[in-house]
Amino acid sequence: MKIKQLALAISALAALASSPAQAQAPVEIQWWHSMSGQLGEWIGGLAKGFNDSQKTYKVTPVFKGTYPESFAATVAAFRAGNAPHIVQIFEVGTASMMAAKGVIVPVDQVMKTAGIKFDPSVYVPAVAGYYTAPNGQMLSFPFNSSTTVLHYNKDAFKAAGLDPNNAPKTWPEVALAAAKLKASGHKCPFTTAWQSWTQLESFSAWHNVEFATQRNGFTGLNARLNITTPLHVRHIENLANMAQQGLFVYKGRNNAADATFQSGECAMYTGSSAAYGGIKRNLKAEAGIGALPYYPDVPGAPQNTVIGGASLWAISGKKPEEYKAVAAFYQYLSDANVQAKSHQETGYIPITSAAFKITEDSGFYKKNPGTDVSVTQMIRKTTDKSRGIRLGNFVQIRTIIDEELEQVWAGKKSAKDGLEAIKKRGDVELEKFEKANKG
Amino acid sequence: MSVEKRVLFRSWWLPWALVAPQLAIVCVFFFWPAGQALFQSVLREDAFGTSSEFVGLENFKILFADETYVASFRTTAVFSVLVAAIGLSVSLLLAVMADRVVRGATAYKTLMIWPYAVAPAIAGVLWLFMFAPSIGVVSYALRSAGMDWNHLLNGNHAMTLIVLAAVWKQIAYNFLFFLAGLQSIPKSLVEAAAIDGAGPWRRFWTVQFPLLTPTTFFLLVINIIYVFIDTFAIVDAATSGGPGKDTAILVYKVYHDGFKAMDLGGSAAQSVVLMGILIALTVVQFRYVERRVHY
Repeated sequence: MKIKQLALAISALAALASSPAQAQAPVEIQWWHSMSGQLGEWIGGLAKGFNDSQKTYKVTPVFKGTYPESFAATVAAFRAGNAPHIVQIFEVGTASMMAAKGVIVPVDQVMKTAGIKFDPSVYVPAVAGYYTAPNGQMLSFPFNSSTTVLHYNKDAFKAAGLDPNNAPKTWPEVALAAAKLKASGHKCPFTTAWQSWTQLESFSAWHNVEFATQRNGFTGLNARLNITTPLHVRHIENLANMAQQGLFVYKGRNNAADATFQSGECAMYTGSSAAYGGIKRNLKAEAGIGALPYYPDVPGAPQNTVIGGASLWAISGKKPEEYKAVAAFYQYLSDANVQAKSHQETGYIPITSAAFKITEDSGFYKKNPGTDVSVTQMIRKTTDKSRGIRLGNFVQIRTIIDEELEQVWAGKKSAKDGLEAIKKRGDVELEKFEKANKG
Repeated sequence: MSVEKRVLFRSWWLPWALVAPQLAIVCVFFFWPAGQALFQSVLREDAFGTSSEFVGLENFKILFADETYVASFRTTAVFSVLVAAIGLSVSLLLAVMADRVVRGATAYKTLMIWPYAVAPAIAGVLWLFMFAPSIGVVSYALRSAGMDWNHLLNGNHAMTLIVLAAVWKQIAYNFLFFLAGLQSIPKSLVEAAAIDGAGPWRRFWTVQFPLLTPTTFFLLVINIIYVFIDTFAIVDAATSGGPGKDTAILVYKVYHDGFKAMDLGGSAAQSVVLMGILIALTVVQFRYVERRVHY
């Protein structure tokens, strides 16, 4: 393998040396990312596609570990003065990136200085809005976005006498389906991944209520959590009751639930739409995708769900021609065909309407039913309450939410007490962030 | 008992030169980072360090206003007492057994020392797999025995899990020192006791154990330090501090806030608190426990 690569490199060098047109070496830029496995290959493909498409610039992708790890690596590298040109940061880090002054170069500034036309309006609103500053300036480049959906095991549904072609649409329907699954002997009728994201953040947007004040943090650092409303309490209470009855089985933090669905142990779960690829490969049964459940009596529901995933940030302090390279790479990634291909390859949602159109016209959704669910949840006009979440110290807040919800599922705290504790502890984090970034 | 050896150097600079490398290491890897932590703990910074402000003791105030932080002192105390007590007694037992083995002693010893080479995070994952509620070997066995193992929601189960992993990881180290200690006890003493009619139990408690007290004391100090600062990887891999905050020991929060959440000021304040506790504990151990040690 190594020898083969070496041979390739040498022959490439030889070719370079022999061609007189190649007097100048391409401008090279570093791209740090967190995509491993199949997704890592996808990243490699994108970089290769860009490098092959022109000769002036060269982008080099570097895998820097999980999202939190590459975030930490970026912070450390910036402090040491050797940050990469482009870094992929998860949505939870968005507020920290935005608040840090002079660390990043906004997308439209990168494009403007390079003289490349850039139209943020082609992006799906729920995606673009997540990364746009209050003054309308798009700060980071939307890259891989997924959203919250309901995955369900069709074979388990059949065995329980449920209609496998009809996913439960509302939370009361989920509870009924779970009861039937349990009656048919299923040990884990329903579970959830990313409990904060699915059951509180996306849940709020889906019902068009705020997760935090100040439009979920979009209009000010003085945002505070808004999750003690009767609707939130009702939902968490509902899930807690399901947990007591064995209808909802808690399977751990982050995406721990993914594996329990893929192994067939759990019959339904709310999680990321990007789990589609893994489910398709691993589950030895037929799987279906339904929209995130909602409460039908809530006016305005369903609105739209919020995204998860990551965006690309250009770091400050580089040479002008390197920013030109960044701009050229962004332009390449904006191409609708490139985006459509990414969407179909990965299960991330198409981030422009054009990419959705191309995919639809190619008949992809007909061949892969359910893959359009996440798209239709997202391609909607967003409201001030549903645009996205932008909170500082969000990593800590999500941990607090995990900690308190676990106590609720265990029956140690009531839903109301749990949510109030989240608000109290979460607001301390928000206050801390506000003070640290007020300058 | 102790014999002091004094070596006299003619030149004044040679002794300094000889200890200089060690001093340099201590300064670079201990005093400098500790000073940095002290400095950071009175600052408030954003993640990238672009704005930095002196806030005095505010980071500490926020910390102690947080009930869950205060509660994690109790969690840490429970965890460290369990790990130190179980770790020391089990490895002492194993060392005494291994000391008596005649045939294949090296093989036993090698196997006992093995776990020490395993990284803490790996140890955490290893035990996590065995106890995973739906697929773990041990949890399967426990379920067949009628016990519903679920460390995801049951705090006591989660605590058991990390105590097991932390103890297992530390047994090798303790074992090594206990065994060396046992082997350095002159055979004649044990034999004399045997001739006087003392059984193995009595020989251990009246002859061997008192002579092992220096080793035991040393290991106690080392184990407490291990539990306080070296176990965050086990907690991170096995429970992430959950369920709730039931296994969120102090050092885990230092790690989480500093390296995952990028709150350097808060994290530094916590490590200063931790540093204070460790210094206090070590002083207490040397002042009060050491009195009962026979050298």
